[in-house]
Parts: sequence; structure tokens; C-alpha cells
Amino acid sequence: MADGLILEALRITRHGAPLVALDRAIAPGEVLTVMGPSGVGKSTLLAAITGTLAPGFRAEGRIWLDGQDITRTPPHLRRVGILFQDDLLFPHLNVAENLAFGLRPGGTRPDRLSRIEAALDEIGLPGYGPRDPATLSGGQKARVALMRMLLSEPCTLLLDEAFGGLDAALRQQMRALVFDRARDRRLPVLMVTHDAEDAAAAGGEIVRLG
Amino acid sequence: MPRDGLVRSVPALTLLAMLGPVLAGLWGTVLPALGHLPAAGETGLSGAPFARLLDWPGLPRAIWLSLGTGLAATLISLGIVALIVAGWWGTPAFRALERALSPLLSVPHAAAAFGLAFLIAPSGWIARVVSPALTGWDRPPDWLIVNDPWGLSLIAGLVAKEVPFLLLMTLAALGQSDGARSLRVAQALGYGRVTGWLKCVFPRVYAQIRLPVFVVLVFGMSVVDVAVILGPTTPATLSVQIVRWMNDPDLALRMTAAAGALLQLALVLGALCLWWLGERAAARLGRAAVLRGGRGWADPALRAGGLLAGAVSALAMLAGIAALFLWSVAGFWGFPDALPEAYSLRTWTRAAPGMADALADTALVALAATALALMLVLGCLEAEHRSGRALTRRGLWLIYLPLLLPQTAFLPGLQTLLLGIGADTGRAPVIAAHLVFVLPYVFLSLGDPWRAWDVRHGRIAAALGAGPWRVLWTVRLPMLLRPVLTAAAVGIAVSVGQYLPTLLIGGGRVATLTTEAVALASGGDRRAIGAYGVAQTAAALLPFAVALVVPTLVWRNRRGLHG
Repeated sequence: MADGLILEALRITRHGAPLVALDRAIAPGEVLTVMGPSGVGKSTLLAAITGTLAPGFRAEGRIWLDGQDITRTPPHLRRVGILFQDDLLFPHLNVAENLAFGLRPGGTRPDRLSRIEAALDEIGLPGYGPRDPATLSGGQKARVALMRMLLSEPCTLLLDEAFGGLDAALRQQMRALVFDRARDRRLPVLMVTHDAEDAAAAGGEIVRLG
Repeated sequence: MPRDGLVRSVPALTLLAMLGPVLAGLWGTVLPALGHLPAAGETGLSGAPFARLLDWPGLPRAIWLSLGTGLAATLISLGIVALIVAGWWGTPAFRALERALSPLLSVPHAAAAFGLAFLIAPSGWIARVVSPALTGWDRPPDWLIVNDPWGLSLIAGLVAKEVPFLLLMTLAALGQSDGARSLRVAQALGYGRVTGWLKCVFPRVYAQIRLPVFVVLVFGMSVVDVAVILGPTTPATLSVQIVRWMNDPDLALRMTAAAGALLQLALVLGALCLWWLGERAAARLGRAAVLRGGRGWADPALRAGGLLAGAVSALAMLAGIAALFLWSVAGFWGFPDALPEAYSLRTWTRAAPGMADALADTALVALAATALALMLVLGCLEAEHRSGRALTRRGLWLIYLPLLLPQTAFLPGLQTLLLGIGADTGRAPVIAAHLVFVLPYVFLSLGDPWRAWDVRHGRIAAALGAGPWRVLWTVRLPMLLRPVLTAAAVGIAVSVGQYLPTLLIGGGRVATLTTEAVALASGGDRRAIGAYGVAQTAAALLPFAVALVVPTLVWRNRRGLHG
């Protein structure tokens, strides 16, 4: 199997009734956008890929990531990164600790701290490590959430209405940041949105559901 | 409006009902501890009571027992609950465990302790089931399991009873901490369930269940009935010894008891400080672990361990109650037999007259205390609603205060004070004493559903011309029938389970199922203990069944009222 994220005849049912089906391959560095009104099963599709479907839902077909069949892999071993509309930073940890939570284990303490500082530089927030995440602006939180996810070195990136909470100017900045990082790291991206501008900015194939 | 003034005065009245007896009791403890007890012919200041306390040879061991059993039981219960929720929350296994543990919450401590004793004693049910096949025993081994000098049985009894309590508190806290989504993020970042939950959800949940954890710690350190049944005897825990001194015919020993009560209070405060230091240390270690970013290699073992511990603690309680019932209907039951040879109702008919009296006192005290508590709590919540001022953090501490002070620290003093001013012991003071402990639980049980009510229903009713009282009686209370009845059931269960307030404040003239059952502990009549234990459990559980059934019947044609 090729690199990238491949959804092979993926079909999700809810209590036996068909909900959503998709058969696509997303190459490294490319973006697939899934659009559709709410309630059509977009988030459920992402939950199937992260392996966190709620009880009552079932997924058929196969999911391949970089040549590995991850259909039955436990969620935490899939290396599937996801960003939600809310930043979901952990409120009991400071900014640096949130990033450390994401950073893959290994390395000495000074080594890890310097990698976190470098990551903060990369998202334009140098010295923000000791800050309480609640004191950050919406755009800053979104950037920390993105970096936390990237530090866990995922093999693919899922975006669940990830830009929905931001105003127009920030939205554009954040999109550029996310798509640039994904391209740099050659990550296949699956974006779920109901916003046409998001889809246009992504520049890849668009699938409409519902 | 005068009637609105009434509502505004309820919070103050509630505080008085809850804290008045506590403060009076502490005052009544301090005086005799310093040598002032006119009833015993002693006045003025003297260090004699403390000197006598220090002369008691069992003191050092009693202090260590109090600290050790309380801290161990709290730590183990909290650990089990954290592992169960971390490993299994949201799974079918978790729902099964939750369903098994929820009703066990209301089982009185004494009944649970007796049940455990009936299970693990050398001649208990477990030994009978595995003998002689596995052990070769044809008579009970000569082992001291129950009442062991280390307090291990006492710790086990406390853990079995506190796991359901902390689990339900944790579930309530989880509703407010966005646990499901946090866990999803942690999993997407490569964390296993248990490690992810412990690192990213537990700290927030713990912040919310801190006060209940303190309650467990204080209770475990100072409990009397469970310690009488399961705890060491020579020496007993400090709280048990205080009650022995209180019940001694020699009135001078009450001053020793008062000195012991102050020591118990100091011990509890010291243990809380110790726990607080432990929290700080745990937070430091937790932060260091977050920084290391370990994804958790022991998750499968921790998951299995959590489920096993939770299942064992639920099974122990259920089997214990089954053992109580079995003994209450057992005819001859020789040792290695797993089941009685014959069954009979003789124990029940023999116990019936005394039990009927005890049941009447139990019901009277429980219903009166719960009715008063409900009125005060509803008044407080309504005042909170009408004034628009929510309960502050400090207010929450005040509600918890009676549960954060050891009962043995202020109830002896309250008894001394009541005797000193010539007030009669009997039912009314017992009801007032029960109210102190019933009020916080009723408040905590009703508060959240009361505040979760959609106030727009009230605004609509007001726009239709209904005044605040009509809104309360015809809209809010009917809609909240289920939580109100559940809170009442909680109040009754708390009252039914009270041992020390009934014993000390009742002056021996109020005999409830609980005091009668605990009084049987030293006699070793297993059949009578079984019958009283079952009756006690039924008295605590029945109101929950009522609270479940009544709203279902009343609102059988109202689907919108069944959540």
C-alpha cells in the first residue's frame, strides 16, 4: 500500500442504518475537504479514523495509514492527529506543559524544554511557556493546540471545523499556518468544514456529503 | 411581603441548625477537657484530664491506628475510583459497575461492616465455601482476621463503603470537566486511556471532589461503629475509646473523654495538613510526568487492576448483605457447610418486638430530620434563586463543615452540655443532632438538579401572572419531584445509618436499628446481627425505591419529565 491516508470502502452505520460512506486516498502533503450540512456524519467520519466511534456506530471497510492497516488499532497507537473547533488546551497545565504533553517521550529534561521553547518560537509565542492557557487570545490558543498536536509527530492530520471558532482575519492566518506545516511535514490532511472559504484555501479535492 | 422575608431568613436558620450544635459541642468539649465539669464535682482549670489521657497506655497505638486506617482507607478508595474511571469510563463494564455500586452507597456503614465480617472471618462465608475442599479445614482456623491489631479489616470495610461514595462524586464532577473530549485529544496525541485520563482529566476532577475526599479522610479516622465491628480491640482506635470513656459510670472519665476528643480533633486537622502536603507532592510529580511525556506502558495492567478492585469491592458488599440475610434465616449451620442445613424464621419472630420499637424510633427520627432538612434546603435554594446570589466557595465549605469535623470531637461535648443545662436527652435532641449530618447531604443532593432547572419555565409562569410562591409550588416542585424525593431518600439513608449521635445524644433512651445492631457486635449472636443488619439496610434502601417509583407513577403520561 502507498503512503498517505487511504479510506478503503469506508462505510459507517448507526444501529445498522447507513450514515456515511467514503472511498478515497489522500497522498502525503495533500488535502481532502469534506463538506456538508451539520448532522450528515462528518464528525462521525473523523471519529472512525481516530478510532473513537461512540457506541451504536459501526465502521466497515479499511483505513490505511502509510501502508499500515490501522482499522483495528487502539486510538492512541494510530498516530492520527486531530484539531477541533475548540482548542481543548488542558486548563490545569501551563502552555509549556500542554506542549510537553504532546511532545513524544524521550530525551533529557533540558533537551525537552529547549524543544518546547523552539516550538513556541515557531508559532510566534516565544516566552509564553509559563502562561496560563486561559490568559491567551483565541488565535494564540489555536496555535498552541496545533503545535501540541504536531509535537506528537502524527502521520496524518484531521481538521474537525478547526477554524470555525476564529474571526475572518485570524482564520486566514491559521489556515495558512496549518496547511504550510502539513505540507512541510508531508502529512495527508482530511478537513471537515461547512465553510466554502476553508475549502477554497485548502486547494485540494472537495467531497460533498448529504 | 412578609413571606418573602421568611425565605430570606432561611439560610441563616439553616446555618444555625447545622453549625449551632457543632459549635456548642466543641465548647462543651473544651470545658471538661480543661477540668471544668460541675456534674462530676470538678470546677476550674486543671491539666488533670490531659494527664490522665496521656497515662492511658494504649494512647500511642490508638493515635497511629486512627491516622493509619484513615489515611490508608482514603488513599486506597481514591486510587480504586481513579483507576476504574480512568480505565473504563464510557464502557459497558463501567455502566454495569456503576449500577452495582450506586445502591450500595446508601447501605449503612454498620450493616456493610457486619456483612464484611460475616464474609472474611475465619468461620465466615468465604472460609465455608472453600472448606474443606481447598483448605482441609473442618473447624475454623484460629486466626484473628476481624478485629486484627493492624486495623486491616477496618480499612477494608471503610474502602468497600467509600468506593461507591467517591465514584458517584467523581461522576458528578466529570459532567463539568469535559472529560470525554479531553480524553479524545489525549488519545490522538498517543496516550493510552489510563495514562491519558490520569494526566489530563484527573487533576480537574480531583479539584472538584476534594471536599468529599476530605470527608472520607475525617470519617475514616474517627468512625466509631465500623471500628467497633471490624477494628482492633486492645487498644481500640481513639474514637472508640472516647465513647467507652463517655459511657463509663465514673463521671470523671468524661473529662478524659473530652481531652481525647480534642486530641482527635487535632489529629484530624494534622491529617488534613498531611493530605494537603501530599496533594502538593502529587501535583509536582504529576507535572514532572507530564513534562516527560510518557505515553503509559502499564495501562493494560492498571485497567485490569482497577476493574478487579472495583468488582471485588462491589461483590464484597453484595455478598456481605447476602450473608447477613442468610444468617437471619439460618437454622443449624455447621462450620464447613457452604449453606445452612435448614432455614427458619425463628430469628425474625424472636427479634420482632424489639425490632418493631427500634424501627419506630428509626423512622420517627429519620422522617423528622429529613422533613426539617428538606424545608431548610428548599428555603435556601429558593432564597438563592430569588436573590440571584449563587453559593460561593466559602458557602460550600460551610455546608461541608459538619462532615469535616470528627463526630467524636463535638458530640461528647454536646451531650455533656445538654446534661449540664438540664435539657432532657431523648428524641428531640437526637433529631436535632441527626439534622446536622442530614442537612449537608440533602443540600448537596438537591443543589445541582435544582439549579439545572430551566428558569425560563419560571419566567413564562411569571409572565402569565403567577407569583414566586405559585411558581414554586405549581411549576418548580412538581417538575423537580424526582430529585426532591431522591434528596429525601438520601437524607433518610444518612439518618438511618447514624450511630454516634443517636447513642450519645439519645442517652440510651433512643434505640434505632443501627444502635441496636452495633450493640449486638460484642455478643456474637450472628442470627440476630443478620436480622438487624438486613432491617437496617432495608430501612435505608426502601426510600430510594419509593423515590424511583413514585415519579414514574405520578408522571406516567408525561414523557418530558423522564430524563
